[in-house]
Amino acid sequence: MKDYPVLGKKDTRSGFGDGLTELGKTNDKVVALCADLIGSLKMGEFQKNHPDRFFQVGIAEANMMGIAAGLTIGGKIPFTGTFANFSTSRVYDQIRQSIAYSGKNVKICASHAGLTLGEDGATHQVLEDIGMMKMLPHMTVINPCDYNQTKAATLAIAEYEGPVYLRFGRPSVPIFIPEDMPFEIGKAIVLSEGADVSIFATGHMVWKALEACKELEAQGISAEIINIHTIKPLDKEAVLASVRKTKCAVTAEEHQLAGGLGESIAQVLSKELPSPMEFVAVNDTFGESGTPDQLLEKYGLTTANIVSAAQNVLKRK
Amino acid sequence: MHEKIVNLENFAKQVRRDIVRMVHAVQSGHPGGSLGCADFITCLYQDIMTHNANIFSMDGDNEDLFFLSNGHISPVFYSVLARSGYFPVDELKTFRKINTRLQGHPTTHEGLPGVRIASGSLGQGMSVAIGAALAKKMNGDDKLVYCLHGDGELQEGQIWEAAMYAAGNKVDNLIATVDYNHKQIDGDIDDVLPLGDLRAKFEAFGWFVLEMNGNDIKDILQVMAIAKAKTGQGQPIMIIMKTEMGQGVDFMMGTHKWHGSPPNDEQLASAMAQIPETLGDY
Repeated sequence: MKDYPVLGKKDTRSGFGDGLTELGKTNDKVVALCADLIGSLKMGEFQKNHPDRFFQVGIAEANMMGIAAGLTIGGKIPFTGTFANFSTSRVYDQIRQSIAYSGKNVKICASHAGLTLGEDGATHQVLEDIGMMKMLPHMTVINPCDYNQTKAATLAIAEYEGPVYLRFGRPSVPIFIPEDMPFEIGKAIVLSEGADVSIFATGHMVWKALEACKELEAQGISAEIINIHTIKPLDKEAVLASVRKTKCAVTAEEHQLAGGLGESIAQVLSKELPSPMEFVAVNDTFGESGTPDQLLEKYGLTTANIVSAAQNVLKRK
Repeated sequence: MHEKIVNLENFAKQVRRDIVRMVHAVQSGHPGGSLGCADFITCLYQDIMTHNANIFSMDGDNEDLFFLSNGHISPVFYSVLARSGYFPVDELKTFRKINTRLQGHPTTHEGLPGVRIASGSLGQGMSVAIGAALAKKMNGDDKLVYCLHGDGELQEGQIWEAAMYAAGNKVDNLIATVDYNHKQIDGDIDDVLPLGDLRAKFEAFGWFVLEMNGNDIKDILQVMAIAKAKTGQGQPIMIIMKTEMGQGVDFMMGTHKWHGSPPNDEQLASAMAQIPETLGDY
């Protein structure tokens, strides 16, 4: 398999924050809004550099989404920042009507997605956000996998015209995507080619998929690792091309099975290329307090879970 | 002044005919609040706002902008937009019909000139208006942003988030109006969920508050002139506009029952007999 040296360790939210800082310097249409979580979202540098382009809205996420929609009328490119839970389920109707249906160029940037925010527990661990957002017509949904990719995605969405949901997280995780790797919205990245099983992963699970790839290789199983950073629009051609070769698929995501990446891929395969599939995802349950690693272990989102999913799907070929 | 008022009254009369005919034709829609706001929306588009109906641009640079937050009174919005030149008056006959740009609730989705945000799910328009007002300030654009809300709509929490933000951040190029007709779908607002002392509430939030009779064009012009003069002084402006739901059609007045009900053929004839055709029916 292709080797990805660890370039360091950082949280993906810092990739967002640093991307936003760069956009502040390069694109004067970019404005940012935050609902009392500047530190958590790493938006402090943008706020410091551009106080006139930064809006602290307080703990009022619905109002933040509406103001963001309004700012586009006048040519601004608003980036909203709060936790993933408060970026989606709390404000779903505001996003649906004032942003998605109204076709507004708002970038909804969401940190602390999934289980790995840890000790705050289930109230804050949104595991349904990808599903909610991908159901909205014309919404683009992106879940990058490390610091570099999150930064690249942040820069890319400013250039794209239309509503975007950008999902990232709290914990420090390995950086392995080369800094100069191009980021193209809607274009999957084959991280490692293989012949026996396709593993489609998004977000924090991409690194675990690469770890699983190594373990599978030691067992004589050749896995193909595909990084799906854009869940919608899904790169159907990349999905089909890989599964045509391997004849089976595993998906891995820090999200509910219902509504997630696995469901999107199953939809493509069931129509175009019915193939055995296994899913590594949270299965119809809420999270709880704990360290990120404890939670990933308890809810079945580890490297070992991906390995056993690959072994299982191979038996069904 | 007198001639201007007569002209505006004649415009509003035709708008009222349009409203009743539109909801009758499709046997659905919201005539009550539409009739109540006909004078106000007429004054906005025919006198108060600086706007360009001929070349609609979404950004509306150097134009005053209006956001209808209580989207269900779309008939009055569509009629005034069409008769102000945003789209052909004849298109009013497509209201609520399949493939129309005149959706039941206003939307940008079908590309109807004059509409800058979808509304219908209540409580969202003030936030959007604030965003547009902030963009104007950033762009050095000294034109104003207007928004209209239903009184029942003020029961939505987002309104108060927006009200707190606008005052706290001195969004003083914003003139919001609430259509205070005291009625909502289920009945009198005091029976459903009382708003209490609305003036005191907005003043306590930090707004400059005015009151006006929304069914008296002279009063509308006078109060809106005061409102305009108060912009740029560090406070958002709220106008509590008293109206009569169903204004202009006797059997629709004094009741909440015409909030969302269309007239039958006889009722249409009765309404038409009460409102003279002034600018020509569509």
